[in-house]
Amino acid sequence: MSSIQEVQDEIVSEFEILGDDKESTIYYIMEIGGSLEEFPENERIEENTIKGCQSKVWLIANEESGKIHFQADSNTDITKGLISLLLRVLNYRSPEEIIKADLNFVERIGMGSIIGSQRSNGFASMIKQIKLYALAIQSKQNA
Amino acid sequence: MAIDIEKIRGLFPVLHQEVHGKPLVYFDNAATTQKPKAVLDALNNYYQTDNSNIHRGAHTLADRATRYYEETREALRQFINASESAEILFTKGTTEGINLVASTFGRKFIAKGDEIIISTLEHHSNIVPWQMLCEEKGAILKVIPINDAGEILYEEFEKLLSPKTKLVSIVHASNALGTINPVKKIIAAAHAVGAKVLLDGAQSSSHLQVDVQDLDCDFFSFSAHKLYGPTGLGVLYGKRAILESMPPYQGGGEMIKEVTFEKTTYNEIPFKFEAGTPNIGDVIAFKAALDFVNNLGKDQIRQHEDELLRYANELLAEVKGFIPVGTAAEKVSVLSFNINAMHPYDVGMMLDANGIAVRTGHHCTQPLMKRLGIEGTVRASFSVYNSKSEIEKLAESVSRIARIKNK
Repeated sequence: MSSIQEVQDEIVSEFEILGDDKESTIYYIMEIGGSLEEFPENERIEENTIKGCQSKVWLIANEESGKIHFQADSNTDITKGLISLLLRVLNYRSPEEIIKADLNFVERIGMGSIIGSQRSNGFASMIKQIKLYALAIQSKQNA
Repeated sequence: MAIDIEKIRGLFPVLHQEVHGKPLVYFDNAATTQKPKAVLDALNNYYQTDNSNIHRGAHTLADRATRYYEETREALRQFINASESAEILFTKGTTEGINLVASTFGRKFIAKGDEIIISTLEHHSNIVPWQMLCEEKGAILKVIPINDAGEILYEEFEKLLSPKTKLVSIVHASNALGTINPVKKIIAAAHAVGAKVLLDGAQSSSHLQVDVQDLDCDFFSFSAHKLYGPTGLGVLYGKRAILESMPPYQGGGEMIKEVTFEKTTYNEIPFKFEAGTPNIGDVIAFKAALDFVNNLGKDQIRQHEDELLRYANELLAEVKGFIPVGTAAEKVSVLSFNINAMHPYDVGMMLDANGIAVRTGHHCTQPLMKRLGIEGTVRASFSVYNSKSEIEKLAESVSRIARIKNK
């Protein structure tokens, strides 16, 4: 499995290929949202939504042999795309790796200018929630 | 005489820019309109040459500022045909005007068991102040239902009316769907049971001829910034007798006649409702916006905007997956829609990528969206400076976006 940094470098180079054209960048983000794994219907509940997102986002985390398996979904395709980018970097990693992760790809691809400042706040909430899950699971492991 | 669109566009500096490498197409006029250069110049002139506090200063600058300030009030009187300029109060915006009425008229005239009627089309700012008032007073809020086209059911409104009805507060033209309500009929029926009527004129003031005497409304609240004027400024019209009977809104400054520690007497209207130093520069600049509208003529503006709406509907009807939301017979130039299986935010972002500015979401009308069974819409709202070629760009972009989902 590539390191967090390697995956981020991959993402950055993919966005570089897209260039400055905002329309194709958004098409690309929407398209990759289709690769998210199916979200369990019974988990589509209020407690699993992330606050601070303009669109709805559901996120759950489960420990699987020391690593964390995240599943997420959204009612908008762009947000789904953004989550799938995040999960590509952070899914199936140890809590420690996730907590320590320096998510530099967000700035490097110019996320703010791609999705605007309001959505960027939602994106920041997703990252925060993922790290909170990792902390919770880590403290359970250490208990 | 058709309006000269290029000449009009030339008056709006902000329109001449690129967004994401594409020429800006500004279709978010229901949220706020752009400002003509004359408004920007008036603001600049005020601060460079006249800046002064009004109504009290004993010097030339104060005198000039006061005169210009009151000239705007008089221009507004003419603009909505109020019978005297004392019936024109300056506020922060439509929302503050509604809150002013809820706080003062409401405080004095609404009691336990009284009823206030609004409609399903209302913006949150014409819902929440009444909910707060009803909660405080033990009054009851009633809501006029609508049909699927987004038109209020007039017969249902008549059924809601009773001698208990003290106030009907209704939107003149819907911000989310564009529906123009039959307000004249509504006002006459409300008056027949002794109720007063407030019109939310946030959208109608820029699109329709408004004659408050002909309408016979008791209050009319609107904003400057949706009418080519500055933000943070609004107007509340009220009939003299009613305004005089209402207690003041806020205390201090302009609203005082005489203060002793035992008792304060209040100033005459409109000053009774204008506490503190007002938004002088913006009020003065607002006159330039009114001049702009008057020079073009509301009828011409309406005609041009209607043509844009008709053209947009015609082009977009061809797009597979296009779902218009709000198809009332009488509308201002608001085109609310969805695209099959797409979230409005996504559509809005894609349009932005094409330089097209629209609003997406529930447009601060969540109960209306709930009634329509949708989460929100994409809203393109047209103004006098928009052109047919911009409508073509919108149709072309929407059609390309719709193809992603319908391929």
